[in-house]
Amino acid sequence: MSFISGRRTGRRGSRRYTRRDLVVLGALLGLPVLLDLAIVWGPTLASVVLSFTSWDGIGDIEWVGTRNYVNLFTNYPQFWPAARHNLLWLAFLGLVATPFGLLLAVLIDRGVRFSRFYQSTLYMPVVLSLAVVGFIAQLVFSRDQGALNAVLGDTDSPTDWLGDPDLNIWMILLAAAWRHTGYVMILYLAGLKAVDPSLKEAAAIDGASEAQTFFRVVFPTLRPVNVIVGVITVIESLRAFDIVYAVNHGRNGLELLSVLVTDNIIGEASRIGFGSAIAVVLLTVSLGFVVTYLVQELRGEKDR
Amino acid sequence: MAHAYDRSDLPGSVAGHRMSRRSLLRGAALGAGAVTLPALLTACGGGPGGDGKTITLGSNASDPVPKKAFADAFKAYAGQSDGRKVKVNTVDHNTFQENINRYLQGKPDDVFMWFAGNRMQFFAKKGLLHDISDNWQHYTGFSDALKDQSTGEDGKQYLTPYYYYPWAVFHRKSLFTERGYQVPKTLDEYVALARRMKKDKLDPIAFCDKDGWPAMGTFDYINMRTNGYEFHKSLMAGEEAWTDKRVREVFDTWRRLLPYCQPGANGRTWQEAATSLQKRDAGMTVLGLPHPGAQFPEGEQADLDFFPFPVINPEHGQDAVEAPIDGFLLAKKSKNLKNKKSLESAKDLLKWLATGKAEDAYLKSDPNNIAVSDEADTSGYSAIQRKAVELVSGAKQISQFLDRDTRPDFSSTVMIPAIQKFISSPNDVDGLVNDIERQKKTIFASD
Repeated sequence: MSFISGRRTGRRGSRRYTRRDLVVLGALLGLPVLLDLAIVWGPTLASVVLSFTSWDGIGDIEWVGTRNYVNLFTNYPQFWPAARHNLLWLAFLGLVATPFGLLLAVLIDRGVRFSRFYQSTLYMPVVLSLAVVGFIAQLVFSRDQGALNAVLGDTDSPTDWLGDPDLNIWMILLAAAWRHTGYVMILYLAGLKAVDPSLKEAAAIDGASEAQTFFRVVFPTLRPVNVIVGVITVIESLRAFDIVYAVNHGRNGLELLSVLVTDNIIGEASRIGFGSAIAVVLLTVSLGFVVTYLVQELRGEKDR
Repeated sequence: MAHAYDRSDLPGSVAGHRMSRRSLLRGAALGAGAVTLPALLTACGGGPGGDGKTITLGSNASDPVPKKAFADAFKAYAGQSDGRKVKVNTVDHNTFQENINRYLQGKPDDVFMWFAGNRMQFFAKKGLLHDISDNWQHYTGFSDALKDQSTGEDGKQYLTPYYYYPWAVFHRKSLFTERGYQVPKTLDEYVALARRMKKDKLDPIAFCDKDGWPAMGTFDYINMRTNGYEFHKSLMAGEEAWTDKRVREVFDTWRRLLPYCQPGANGRTWQEAATSLQKRDAGMTVLGLPHPGAQFPEGEQADLDFFPFPVINPEHGQDAVEAPIDGFLLAKKSKNLKNKKSLESAKDLLKWLATGKAEDAYLKSDPNNIAVSDEADTSGYSAIQRKAVELVSGAKQISQFLDRDTRPDFSSTVMIPAIQKFISSPNDVDGLVNDIERQKKTIFASD
C-alpha cells in the first residue's frame, strides 16, 4: 500500500502535466495573462512613455523629457487643487461616509422599527449611477432653480451651492457620500448578519459592555468586510469623475485628476503627452494604495 | 437636460461631454487607445467603393430640429441633381467634436460639418482637409469676411459656409418700453442703464458660465470694442502677451460690469440665464441668437430683441460682430474621394450647398440661424432674424468666438478655467494674466 502510494507521488511529479494538460493550462493561464498585458499593462506602459512626449494626436511624437511634469507641477493652476480634491474625497468617504454607513448598518442590524424600510431607502441611491447623482445634485443645489434654495426661501442673496468654488466641493462630497453610505451599509449589514451570535452571548456573559462587545468582538470578526470596504472607498475616491463631470465638467472648484486627464487627452485639446503625465501621477498615487494593501494582505496571510 | 438645445453649444466645443464612468486604468489607457485605434480603424477600412453618386456626409446635427432641417436640405439636393444622393451619418454632437481628431485621420466620410476660422485652419495645416479653391471661384453671394473665414493659412479655401448666428445683447422689448429704458450706445450708457435696472430691482445682466464658454462672448466683445479686431486675432493666435496692458484693460472694464451681472455665474447654465431674461428677472444678457430664442415660448418670441454690444473705444466703434459660422468641408482621408467621380459628386454637393436656395431649404425648418449667402430668400425671416442679418452684413469684421479663433487646447484647458476664476475672484487680474501667459507660452511652443 505504502509502496504504491509512494510510487504514485513519484509519478505525480513527473507525469502530472500531460501535453494536453499543458495546452489547457497554457490556454487558461496564458490567455488571461496576454489579455492582461495587452489591455492593462500595455496601455499603462504606453501612457508612461507618452508622458515624456509632446503629441497632438496627429503627426509626429516629439520626445520632451520631463517637461510635461515640470509644467504640470509648476505651471498648471488646476493640478494642485485637483490632487487636493482627490485626497479630500478619500478622507471624506473614508472618515465620514464609511463610519456613518457602519453606524447605520449596526442600527438596522439591531432591529430598529421599520428597519426594512430604512434599509431599502438608504440603499436606493446605490443603484443610481454617479452621473445621475450629479444631476440630482444639480436639481437640489442649483442657485436659481434648486430645491434647497426654494426651501430656504432666501431670495435676496441665495447661496450659490454649486458655483461657489469654496463651497461646491462639499456639496458634491455630500452627494457622493449619500450614495457611498448606502453601499457601505449594505456590505456591513451582510457582514453583521454573518457574525455568530454566540460570540456576542459569550462576550455578554463575560461582562463586556455593548461598546466593548462591538469594538473588541464583532468588529474584528468583520475584517474581510473591512478590507472590501476599504478597497472600495479608495477606488471610489480615486476614480471619482462622473459626478463632477455631470455637474460642471470638473471646473471651478471641482477639479479632479481624472477630469484633468480627460480634458487634456479626449476632446479637441489633444495634449496627449501632458494628459498622460497627469494619468501617470494618478497611477502613482493608486499604486501607493495598491502596494500598501498587498503588503498588508500578504502579511496578514502569513500571520494566520 | 443641461443641453436641451445642443447645437447652440457649437461655440462651446468643450461644453457637455457626456461620459460614462471611467476607471483609472481606462483613463491611463486612453493615451494608448489614441495610438492604436486610428491605425486599427484604417486597417479595417474597405477599398475605394461607392458608385461615385452616393456622397457620405458626417453630421454633428444630432438634435431633432437641425437634424430634420438638414434632412430636408439634402432631400432637396437629391431632387435637383441627376441621381446623386447624400448618405448622412449623424453622430452625437459632442461626441463628434471630441473625436474629430481621430475621425479625420481614420475613416472619415466624404463631406463633414465643421466650423470656420482657426478650428478649420488647424486641420487644414495638418493636411486633413481637401482644397476647394476651385469651387470658391464659382461661389457667389459670399462676402469677403466669409471668404476670409473659409481660408486656410496657406491662402486656399477649405470650407463652404452654410449658416451663422450673431452674438449681441438680448432683451425684452416690452420690458424696455414699459420702463422707458433706452438702448445704450456706449459703455457709459450701458452701465447707467444697468444701474437704473438695479434700482428697479432687476438683475441688470443675466450672466452664466457654468458651461465654460458663454462668458467668452463677453470677453471677446469687450476686447474687440476696446482694442479692435486685429488685436483679438493676434491675441488668439498667441502673438500678443496676455500680460499686455490692453488685456488688463479688458478685465478691468469687465470688472466694472460685474456688479451688475447676476452673481454666481459659474453655477448657472445658459438656459437658466436665458430663462431669467424670459421671466423678467433680468434685463439684458450677452448671448448668441439661438440661445435666448430657445428659452422663449412660441408666443413671446416676438418680444425678444437685441442691440449690438456698446461702443467702448470710438476708434473701433461697433465694427466687429461675433458670428460663428458653420459649414461643410471635404475630408482628405476619405477613401471615396480618391475616386474622381466621387470627388466630383462631393464638390457638386458643396456647390449646391453654397447657393441661397440650399440655405432656404435648411432655414425653413430651423429659424434660429441666418443664411450666409446674399442670395438666400429672407422674406420668411422673423423680425429678429432680419435684424441679425443687418447686424452681420453691416459688420466690418466678423470674429468667430474665443474657442473657435484660437487653439482648442488653449481655449479648453487654459481659458475656460481662467475666465471662471476671474468671475469668482475678479480682483487678482495680475495673477490671472500671468497664469494665462505662462501656460500660453508652453502650449503655443509645443508645436
